[in-house]
Amino acid sequence: MTPHRPDREVAIVAFAQSDHRRRTDDLSEVEMVMPVLHDVLRQTGLRTSDIGFTCSGSSDYLAGRAFSFTMALDGVGAWPPISESHVETDGAWALYEAWVKLLTGEADTALVYSYGKSSPGSVRDVLTRQLDPYYLAPLWPDSVALAALQAQALVDAGATDEPALAAIAARSREDATANPHAQLPGARPQGEYVVQPLRTGDCPPIGDGAAAVILAAGDRARELCARPAWIRGMDHRIEAHSLGVRDLTDSPSTRLAAERAGAFEAPVDTAELHAPFTSQEVVLRRALDLDESVRVNPSGGALAANPVMAAGLIRLGEAAARIHRGDSDRALAHATSGPCLQQNLVAVLEGDSDA
Amino acid sequence: MTPTPASPSETLRAPLVVEFPFTRSLGPVQSAFLTGLRERTVLGVRTETGAVLVPPVEYDPATAAELRDLVEVGATGTVTTWAWNPEPRPGQPLPTPFAWVLVRLDGADTALLHALDAPGPEAVRTGMRVRIRWAAERSGAITDIACFEPYDSDPVAEPGAHDGRFTDPVTGIVAAARLDYTYSPGRAQTRYLHALTERRTVGERCPSCTKVYVPPRGACPTCGIATTDQVEVGPRGTVTTYCIVNIKAKNLDIEVPYVYAHIALDGAGLALHGRIGGIPYDQVRMGLRVEPVWSEDGRYPDHYRPTGEPDADYDTYKELL
Repeated sequence: MTPHRPDREVAIVAFAQSDHRRRTDDLSEVEMVMPVLHDVLRQTGLRTSDIGFTCSGSSDYLAGRAFSFTMALDGVGAWPPISESHVETDGAWALYEAWVKLLTGEADTALVYSYGKSSPGSVRDVLTRQLDPYYLAPLWPDSVALAALQAQALVDAGATDEPALAAIAARSREDATANPHAQLPGARPQGEYVVQPLRTGDCPPIGDGAAAVILAAGDRARELCARPAWIRGMDHRIEAHSLGVRDLTDSPSTRLAAERAGAFEAPVDTAELHAPFTSQEVVLRRALDLDESVRVNPSGGALAANPVMAAGLIRLGEAAARIHRGDSDRALAHATSGPCLQQNLVAVLEGDSDA
Repeated sequence: MTPTPASPSETLRAPLVVEFPFTRSLGPVQSAFLTGLRERTVLGVRTETGAVLVPPVEYDPATAAELRDLVEVGATGTVTTWAWNPEPRPGQPLPTPFAWVLVRLDGADTALLHALDAPGPEAVRTGMRVRIRWAAERSGAITDIACFEPYDSDPVAEPGAHDGRFTDPVTGIVAAARLDYTYSPGRAQTRYLHALTERRTVGERCPSCTKVYVPPRGACPTCGIATTDQVEVGPRGTVTTYCIVNIKAKNLDIEVPYVYAHIALDGAGLALHGRIGGIPYDQVRMGLRVEPVWSEDGRYPDHYRPTGEPDADYDTYKELL
């Protein structure tokens, strides 16, 4: 299958994220979001009125309120009326929508943001409400339980074991010591089983946070950023709905999305993988055919900070930021949503070569 | 009306319970499957390639072909993967520690998610044989399977024929859900609520456009920046527009008809909502000057009543409509 080459060059030109914290009782959602919005605008020198399209990602189930995103929209400056959209999932998919909007030529710049406050509820229970309501949701299988089923399937298949999972946790949190926004930087014990075979250390922290990105097309991107992170390709795919139909040790949707995004055309030096559980990194590395030469999750990944609905957008932002800084020339970014890597998005980002 | 710098206040918190009983209808395949569970019969659906999907779906996940060919599979099966759950959470199938399992029932090619009652993780392994433990009372729901239990038996490969017909089929389920939250309103709304306890109404001024938002949410939606200065507004205000409510709301002890109005408190940059009392409903008008009436232990004004002042001039509130 030949990847599609977009006709228009679009890049991530700015990225900001909040400090991710276990709780933010003192902040409403808009109060949490505003600083990251202002940060990306400051980085680019753009004003709200310069933005061609705005797209956000969040979930009412985290807030426990209908249309909760409309309140956060106050932080954008939505009057006089702006071109705006919202996705009820991770902000990575909002970025996808904004990318498509820029590819059509309808806008030259886009502001993408997403946020999640997990602290008001019990996120393990909240996420059960995204499951099939006939066969699964009445059993309340929580997000850790479903990830643990996948982890055991990997152990049974000989693809990993508990020490290997612990090593992923340790490497991620060690890397997170260089990330000032991380919630869980540094070594910590693997802890007791939450749901066997997953221990505390194999699971992501529960926290609140937000992220924002600015996209720009062509010369506009070059004006706004010294080294834009060009989106060479992006695609997202989904697995069959029923977990019992799938081979949980594999992620064909990730592989297909990567193929369509052009990820396999040339090696990548960096991969920001959205793997909230250690075992999911094993699945993704296999699906994406990543070897030891690729720097995986130098930010610490979702094991160090997992603001639900923003953690995927942060993967794209972290990958882009490495290109902005010159730490990476070609990076892969991945985002997931749903239980056991149900939906997967892959983007390939490149910086201009110095020559 | 003197601006005071916004200061951090004690964070407010309150329980917030979201409960919903979604009523869902079932298609022909899910109806047959769930009715079958009520009758202790497990049905799957056969795809064009002959694979048997349990639990059954109406469309082939690989080809999207419509599936209607129901077959009966066993109540015994094999664990394909598992996870030991040491601390069951509310709503889960068993109150005591149990294993989550994916079980491929005999005659099926795919696996069903459920709970396995076992004494401990050492008693569970992939490949172990299990059988369904039926719930004592069954209604046509996935919870009619109480759980699985260990059961040594030989696998039976072939599914049996079944026409999927039952007397009194289940055609819908009620998917009840309850989620518990602790709501905290953030800095701006916390300050607003604290002021209300002193029977004062405070808004926040946008430092850029100088508009005063009541109630404040912490951001100016026009400028997209934080509202910083607290401003006390009211207590008096002007009715900018209104409607007459003729339908009595459930659990609301107010006689109809009554008037619900937009009220621009003096000094506020936009109007808030409030009920108008102390005047016949058909005498309320735009421009009417009103003031809040607090009930004994109310945490916000019960309603607004006329002050007796002359009506406000249209030009003084036309921007707030």
